[in-house]
Amino acid sequence: MLKRKSNIFFLCLTVNVFALLLVFTHAFFEGRNNTPLLRERAGMVEKYQLTDLCLFTDARYTRNPVMADFSTPFQDHPLSMEHFPSGSIISPPEHLARYDLEKK
Amino acid sequence: MIWIEKQRNIIDFALSSLLRRRGKNLALLAVYTVIVFILASIFFFTSSIKKEASLVLKNSPEIVVQKVTGGRHDMIPVRYIPFIEKLPGVRAVKGRLWGYYYEPTTGANYTLVVTDDYRDKVGTIAIGSGVSRTLNTQKGELVPFKAYDGPYISFEVTEVFSPESELVSSDLVVISEDDFRALFGIAKGYYTDLTLQVRNAKEMATVADKIKRLLPDTRPILREEILRTYDAIFDWRGGLLVFILAGAVLAFAIFAWDKASSLSAEERREIGILKAVGWETSEVITMKSWEGIVISLSSFLMGVVFAYIHIFFASYIFFEPVLKGWSVLYPHFRLIPYVDPYQIAALFFLTVVPYTAATIIPSWKAAIVDPDEVMRL
Repeated sequence: MLKRKSNIFFLCLTVNVFALLLVFTHAFFEGRNNTPLLRERAGMVEKYQLTDLCLFTDARYTRNPVMADFSTPFQDHPLSMEHFPSGSIISPPEHLARYDLEKK
Repeated sequence: MIWIEKQRNIIDFALSSLLRRRGKNLALLAVYTVIVFILASIFFFTSSIKKEASLVLKNSPEIVVQKVTGGRHDMIPVRYIPFIEKLPGVRAVKGRLWGYYYEPTTGANYTLVVTDDYRDKVGTIAIGSGVSRTLNTQKGELVPFKAYDGPYISFEVTEVFSPESELVSSDLVVISEDDFRALFGIAKGYYTDLTLQVRNAKEMATVADKIKRLLPDTRPILREEILRTYDAIFDWRGGLLVFILAGAVLAFAIFAWDKASSLSAEERREIGILKAVGWETSEVITMKSWEGIVISLSSFLMGVVFAYIHIFFASYIFFEPVLKGWSVLYPHFRLIPYVDPYQIAALFFLTVVPYTAATIIPSWKAAIVDPDEVMRL
């Protein structure tokens, strides 16, 4: 059966497509099984009145991007360029950009 | 059935043709897979974070009001509360106390939060798993914190938050109001900011506007802005990462385009021979299309599957140095998989379709030339 190259190709393709379907299936069931975990995290957000996820802890404007303002990243020095690596990865929140437009 | 058998014969020939230039095509397959892997890893990571943020932060305060002095966030006086409470549509206003504590021995930053639960628990704290890890402290042990005026104050750890909650609690230290004020020297009558509850969610923007007019030195932040923030900060257009990635993707695009759109002399001769032995132009194009599909589809499928394993099984190991940055306290969290079919479809159309299309045009150009002329080249 595998003497023909096309058969080998279709076999590989089937395995890959099956793996892709497994990805979607795994994601679906993991999402469903982790509902209690999400509830626990959401409960902590409500209880401690949090506004941000704990993703980057090196700078306060990346620890709490929602709370940051335009001047926060430059408080080390008025002319300082972006200092922390995490500040280079994320872009500013939308509401800061809107404030900028409002000022103009 | 005849059509299927014909296609299989063409695929057999296309695969033989690819295997004749094994080294080049394997290198292309590897680079192509790596590019899809990186792009898909970013897609999986950012879509899971965005989804998680939208589900978890939907319980965050409806409106947060900050005071701004000299362009910087300042403590808000308690006398602002009655002004805001009187506004129509406002249900409740509460002072929130929170701040950052830099731990000099470990070099980590903690987020200290005051909660009503700890009102009567002076001298005790609850800590996140990240804090417990960096301080090597467990429940029941004492942790010293340096107060604003110099002396150390020790707190007993009464709770360590579960590792599963690290995405929100890794750096948290929950403390009583009295201890917080004593630690940072914040006088009674001042809060870090105020949180508001409004009667009608649709009125949030109006209430925020009224606060800005009534108290011009304040900055209200709406919950919908909090929820949108994670969409914006992980937007694929934002940040330095996209520029670094854009370079790699562009280099690959040029490489793939050059590989796909210009035929080597050997490939031209091959097409000439095929035409001379009786292949139709359409059959030559079909053969070249299959070559493109084999490379691009295999790379796409392998890249996406490897990316999923990377993000959800291997804890995004290649992204960790980027995410860690200079953090000493780095949250260890497991992302809940969220696969956006639209993003996968977009990735498919961005990777498979252009490459396959790019292989057809030069083949068509070579296939319509007289076979004798092509073979003489």
